[in-house]
Amino acid sequence: MNRYPLWKYILIAAAMLFGLIYTLPNFFGESPAVQVSPLRGMTKVDQGLMKQVEEVLKQNNLAFQGIAFDSSGVKVRFADADTQIKAKDILQSNLGENFVVALNLLSSSPKWLSSMGALPMYLGLDLRGGVHFLLQVDMKGAITKALDRYNGDIRTSLREKRIAYAGISRQDQAVEIKFRDAESRQKAMDELQKTSPDLLLKEVDAGAEFKLVATLKLGAQKRIQEFALQQNITTLRNRINELGVAEPIIQQQGIDRVVVQLPGVQDTAKAKDILGRTATLEIRMVDEEHDVTAAVQSGQIPFGSELYTERKGLPLLVKKGVVLTGDYISDAQPGFEGQSGEPAVHINLDGRGARIFKQLTRDNVGKRMAILLIEKGKGEVITAPVIREEIGGGRVQISGRMTTMEASDVSLLLRAGALAAPMEIIEERTVGPSMGAENIAKGFNSNIYGFVAIAAFMMFYYRFFGVVSTTALAVNVLLLVAILSLLQATLTLPGMAGIALTVGMAIDSNVLINERIREEIRNGLSPQAAIHSGYERAFATILDSNITTLIAGVALFWLGSGPVRGFAVVLCLGILTSMFSAVVVSRGMVNLTYGRKARLEKVSI
Amino acid sequence: MEFFHIKRDIPFMSYARVTTFISLVTFIAAVAALGLKGLNLGVDFTGGTVMEVSYSHQADVPKIRDTLTKIGMHDAAVQNFGTARDVMIRLPLKPDVSTAKLSDQVFHALQGADNSVTLKRVEFVGPQVGKELYENGALALLVVSLGIMAYLAMRFEWRFSVAAIIANMHDVVIILGFFAFFQWEFSLTVLAGILAVLGYSVNESVVVFDRVRENFRKMRKASVPEVIDNAITRTMSRTIITHTMTELMVLSMLFFGGEALYYFALALTIGIVFGIYSSVLVASPIVMWLGVSREDFLKPEKKEGEEAEALP
Repeated sequence: MNRYPLWKYILIAAAMLFGLIYTLPNFFGESPAVQVSPLRGMTKVDQGLMKQVEEVLKQNNLAFQGIAFDSSGVKVRFADADTQIKAKDILQSNLGENFVVALNLLSSSPKWLSSMGALPMYLGLDLRGGVHFLLQVDMKGAITKALDRYNGDIRTSLREKRIAYAGISRQDQAVEIKFRDAESRQKAMDELQKTSPDLLLKEVDAGAEFKLVATLKLGAQKRIQEFALQQNITTLRNRINELGVAEPIIQQQGIDRVVVQLPGVQDTAKAKDILGRTATLEIRMVDEEHDVTAAVQSGQIPFGSELYTERKGLPLLVKKGVVLTGDYISDAQPGFEGQSGEPAVHINLDGRGARIFKQLTRDNVGKRMAILLIEKGKGEVITAPVIREEIGGGRVQISGRMTTMEASDVSLLLRAGALAAPMEIIEERTVGPSMGAENIAKGFNSNIYGFVAIAAFMMFYYRFFGVVSTTALAVNVLLLVAILSLLQATLTLPGMAGIALTVGMAIDSNVLINERIREEIRNGLSPQAAIHSGYERAFATILDSNITTLIAGVALFWLGSGPVRGFAVVLCLGILTSMFSAVVVSRGMVNLTYGRKARLEKVSI
Repeated sequence: MEFFHIKRDIPFMSYARVTTFISLVTFIAAVAALGLKGLNLGVDFTGGTVMEVSYSHQADVPKIRDTLTKIGMHDAAVQNFGTARDVMIRLPLKPDVSTAKLSDQVFHALQGADNSVTLKRVEFVGPQVGKELYENGALALLVVSLGIMAYLAMRFEWRFSVAAIIANMHDVVIILGFFAFFQWEFSLTVLAGILAVLGYSVNESVVVFDRVRENFRKMRKASVPEVIDNAITRTMSRTIITHTMTELMVLSMLFFGGEALYYFALALTIGIVFGIYSSVLVASPIVMWLGVSREDFLKPEKKEGEEAEALP
């Protein structure tokens, strides 16, 4: 009656072995490591880089314990933190500007475990320390920016086709083009419909004015928003890469949010500064038709111009129309100006940008252009040189009273790319490293104490069956941790609480079974029959009660965010493993012990 | 060894009026606490900034307040947290100030006043995020309740699902009442705890209901209250032991889990205690009063039998 077929025992043994192997890596801890990754995402990581890193380390007599490369970079493991820091400095100076060397922690579990895919759980920020940001992308800003670009495009194409217009300006979420007569408006409309299919054009008559109002089509808006988010994520990735953070997480959340997690980062001010900067470069023409001093004195800024302050402190009138934006920049490096030797930023423009720039410089020889750095909606004129000759080849140099530090900062921002739309930090969580370690210790200890208390009581109260229950409970924890490790789940403090709670709840199944067996014995059944019907009858109850908890867990996962989700995952998995361990594993143990005896006088319960 | 070997069925159902009255009173008290004091919503839901800083010596709270006032943070709440060396600072949302930079300013000011200060934790939540989390939390509560009701109605009968959900809501409202009355901080993890209680406490009702169903089939001559009394008495031992075990685990978290898990564990502790009470003394009388009868469970079985006979 109480016998399992062989395959069930094998299943149980296999499950326990699986649990053991995949739980194991969590106990080996981590060793200090250094991660070398290319500055830009495009550069490929290959064997060559690994060899280079290896050679540099050998030349400097730095002993390392392991070296490996994957898609993100080369990782080198060291015996202690001292060597790690030395290696970081040496590698950074040897490999040069194109690589980022970051401190990292790698699991020190043996190779044979890692090769089986047995890896430790990833620790959440609340357990290892670091910063978490949630950034909101300003989608309206993305549309506005796109319309600003169209503003310039429309001007160019109307001019090329020699269609007379009275003015073009962006009004909130639309571009308004004014004409003197209906005929030229019609011509313009035909032309624009050809050249800009994404625009929705509407004729508006207001008194003597013939206006054409252009808005973005819905599909185009959506595309722009999606693009803006992707562009922002790429930009963030580049910027964070320059910060030198090992294993950052940059993910899209919802339609307009980005999650950034930087494990181990302590200098949150610097991180926030780099993340939050929305620097873009704009080249505009200086308004030389109007007098600056008059404008400043009267406070009346001529139509179509804006007042800016140069770095030297002098006011400058700059036309609103943007001739070239930072989108066309392919590279930017800090350096020094050839003649004066003062700090400068060397910019390379891409093909289209170079063409535009060539055209611009040819048409405006003798005039001044202004190079503006726009950060968080505020512009600053970096320099406003006089165009002396046509500049081809897309090589531009910006200089003008910058410090070396400023030059390198500006080039970093330009190189890392501009944000397609402004972003704002809407959530921030920082956990200090000592707090993280404290959280681990406290969470872990509270689990251990609780488990020991339960085990002691169960063994005292149910004797042999208590031992069985405790073992089943231990198997439950083992399986749960193993599955979480296999899934490479992120362990957080609420996750640890989830483990503790599932342990507490898992005992319910065991208690139900044990109580049922006692009851059946009391009802006069033979011990063998009591064990059998105890397990059978308790099963229906276990199923019902666990499924209701599972419903709660699934809803938590579905609607929860961040820490609540982590808790929900553990809860759901814990219910499944506890059902297996309470029903199958404990039954297996009981069957092995009592099942063979044909006549069982007494059971220890 | 057995602690709870009860030979005779305890006539729980004859006390039904009294126990229901008690539940009603606690329930109303909880609702009153919620209505009068309201929940002390944490930064997760309201938005704002919370900072936890630690000093190498005993923290001088009035001095910290002074420092903050000097940089214009008049409405900052400063209090000791856990130990005398740890201090928690709450800064409410200001509509015009970018809050993301606030923590840096505050920390710099604190460092200027006393450089032994270390930053342990910063949480900043924007007002919109807070609102969303709150709404999602309420939605989760609703979905969990509906899901459980649907499952119970399917697996048992509608009366059980109604009774179970009333009993569970009773638990949830009482936990919320505790949090409102003592003005404990209600955070996202506490909400997770409450949702877990919802699942857990339903467990409890299910175990009793399961027995009731079984008894209806077995105890053919017993009256409905007798059937329920027997079911509760028989599961009594399991109820007490299971809850003691879970409570052991939760108390271990409460005492050793640290500040971060404290309120979570507290919500669970209260939830477990009331979970026992409600499943036995709230859910069961409701099932009885809703008029559950033996026929509710015997019908489907007969049907199956008839169908089987009808087949050649």
